[in-house]
Amino acid sequence: MKTEDIEQKAIDPGPDKIIAPGYTYGSVTDKIANVVLRPIQTTPKQWWISLLIAFCAMQGLLAGAFWLFYKGVGVWGIVIPVAWGYAIVNFVWWIGIGHAGTLISAILLLLKQDWRTSINRFAEAMTLFAVAQAGMFPILHLGRPVLAYWLMPYPNSMWLWPNPRSPLVWDVFAVSTYLTVSLIFWYIGLVPDLATMRDKARKKWQKIAFGMAGLGWRGSAKHWARYQMAYLLLGGLATPLVVSVHTVVSFDFAISLMPGWHTTIFPPYFVAGAIYSGFAMVMTLAIPARKWFNLQDLITTRHLDACAKLMLGTGLIVAYGYGMEAFMSWYSGNPNEMFMYHNRATGPYMLFFWALILCNILIPQSLWSAKVRQNVTALFLVSLVINVGMWLERFIIVITSLHRDFLPSSWGMYYPTQWDWAVFFGTIGFFLVLMILFVRVLPSISIFEVREVLHHLAPHVLDDGKHSPKPAHGD
Amino acid sequence: MSETYWDRHGIYGVMAEFEDPEQLVEAAKRTYAAGYRQMDAYSPMPIDGLAEAIGFTRNWVSLVVLIGGLTGCIGGFGLLYWIAEIAYPHNVGGRPFNSWPMWIPITFECTVLLAALSAVIGMLAMNKLPMPYHPVFNVPSFAERASVDRFFLCIEASDPKFDLEHTKAFLKELNPEEVAEVEK
Repeated sequence: MKTEDIEQKAIDPGPDKIIAPGYTYGSVTDKIANVVLRPIQTTPKQWWISLLIAFCAMQGLLAGAFWLFYKGVGVWGIVIPVAWGYAIVNFVWWIGIGHAGTLISAILLLLKQDWRTSINRFAEAMTLFAVAQAGMFPILHLGRPVLAYWLMPYPNSMWLWPNPRSPLVWDVFAVSTYLTVSLIFWYIGLVPDLATMRDKARKKWQKIAFGMAGLGWRGSAKHWARYQMAYLLLGGLATPLVVSVHTVVSFDFAISLMPGWHTTIFPPYFVAGAIYSGFAMVMTLAIPARKWFNLQDLITTRHLDACAKLMLGTGLIVAYGYGMEAFMSWYSGNPNEMFMYHNRATGPYMLFFWALILCNILIPQSLWSAKVRQNVTALFLVSLVINVGMWLERFIIVITSLHRDFLPSSWGMYYPTQWDWAVFFGTIGFFLVLMILFVRVLPSISIFEVREVLHHLAPHVLDDGKHSPKPAHGD
Repeated sequence: MSETYWDRHGIYGVMAEFEDPEQLVEAAKRTYAAGYRQMDAYSPMPIDGLAEAIGFTRNWVSLVVLIGGLTGCIGGFGLLYWIAEIAYPHNVGGRPFNSWPMWIPITFECTVLLAALSAVIGMLAMNKLPMPYHPVFNVPSFAERASVDRFFLCIEASDPKFDLEHTKAFLKELNPEEVAEVEK
C-alpha cells in the first residue's frame, strides 16, 4: 500500500506555494482520499484522544439540556434585568464563527483567490456545525422549547402570526436560511469528491455509501458546465447572505433602545467581528488537523499566512468599532450612553472588558510580524486568544448593557451557574465531535478543486526542473 | 430520437481514454468538426472550454436561479404583506400596517433561500442526477480512473453518424491511450 510513502512526503513548501511541488492528479487524490479510506487501526492516536475529550465535553450539553427541560430556564443565571445571559452570548459567538467558512468558500471564490481551495471544504463544514450549535441556543432559551415552531409563520387555529417587524423574527429567517444554504453549498461541493471516493473505495459498504451520496456523478462536461454555473451563483448568493445574517443578528441589539446597543455601527462591526472569530476558529482547527493527517503540503504556510492577514485586517475593523463605540458614547452627550461606557470600563465587569481589549486588540497586533504569521505554534495560540476575546466581546455587549440600564432601582448582577457552563462547553464538545468525525469520514480538502489548481499551475509553477515537463499530468 | 440499430444491439457508444486535459479538448473539437453531435466528454475536474468543444452552449442554470430568486422575493414580501395587512393587522404606534422597510430583511432572506435551492435542484435535475446506473461505468478504466486522473470522450450510438467500426477507427486517429466499446 502506498500509505507510507505518501505520508513521508508531507513537507510544508513554505509561504509562497499553495501546494507542494511534484503532485499529480493521481497522487493528490490518493493523498486526500487516503485520510478517509485508511484502515481504522492507522487513525492517529491524537484523533482518538481528541474525539474522547470532545465526546465527554458533549455530555455537558446533554445533561445541561435535560436539566433545563426538566426544571426550566431558572437553572441558568438569567435574572431580571439580565434576561439574555449565556444563551444569547453563545448564540452570537457560534453564528459569528460560522461566517469565516462562507467567506472563504464564497467571497474568495468570487475574488478568484486560489489559496482558498485547500481550506474551503473544511471551513464550510465548520460553518455548518457552528450554525447548528448557534441554532440550539435561542430554542433552549425559550421558556417552552416545545413551542419553538410558533416562530415560523404557518396557518394555525389561534389565528396568530409572528410580528414581521421584530428583528427576532428576522433572525429566524436569517439563521434558518443560512443553515440551509450552508448545507447545500457544502454538499454540492462534496458531490464530485464523493464520486472519487466511490471509485477509490475498496470495501463494498464504502462503495455503496459514497455511491449513494455521490448521486452517480460521472464528470460529464455538460454536468460540469451546469455545476460550475450553479456553484458560482451559490457563491454570489452566499456573499450577501453572510453579510445579512450577522447584520440581522446585530439588529437584535441595535433596534432596541438599550444604551450600548442602540448604535448604527453595530451591523458592520458585527460582520467584521464574525469573520475575525471565524478565521480564528479555522486556524484553531486546521493547525492540528493538518498535522494529524500529514497535510502540511496541501495546507501550507501560505494558507495560514493569508488567514492571519485576514484576521489582522478584520481585527483592526473590530478595534475601530470599539473606538467608535467609546467616541460616540462621549460625543452623543447622552448621560446614559456615557454611563454605559464608563460602567463597562470601570464597573463590576471591568476585568472582562480589559481582557477583551487584551485578547482582541493588543495580542493580535503581533500578526504584523511575518515571523508570527508563519510560526504555527504562535499562530495557534493567537487564534485561541481571539476565540476567547470574541466570546468576551459578546459577553460585554449582552451583560454590561443590560445589568445597569436607565433606572438605578432596577440594576442587578448576572452570575452564570454551572448549567450555563455545562451547556456552553457541551456545545463546544458537540462541535468538535462533528469536526473530528468529519475530517476522518469525508474528504476534508476539495480534491477536484486541488486538481484544478494543479491543472492551472502545471506548466509554469510546479515545474521546478526536477520533474518531468508536465508533472501534473498522469502519474 | 428514433431507435437506432445500435440501441437494439446493446452498444451505448465508443469511448476513448486520454492522459491529458488538453488532448481531450483537442479530441472533442475534432470529433465535433467531424460531424458527431451525440457525445460527451468526462473529466475529473472542470476544464475550461470542454463543454463548448462538444457543442454544449445553452446553460439554463442562471435562468432557473433568476426565476427562483424572483419567486422568493415576491413570495417573501407577499407573505409579510399578507400577515401585516390582511391576516393579523396590528397597530404599532400608529404606523402603517404595511410598513414595508421592515419587510426587507425577510424578503431578502427568502430571495436567497429560493434562489439557492433552485440553483442546486435545477442543476441536479438538468443533469439528470441522481442516476444510480449509467453505461459508461461498464468500461473498467472509466470506473477506476475517470474521477481521478483520466479524461474520456464517448461518442454515443444514438448519433446518426455512428458506425461501430468507423467511429472506433476515427477515435483511434486521435491518439488516445485506449479505445473501448461501452456496453449498455
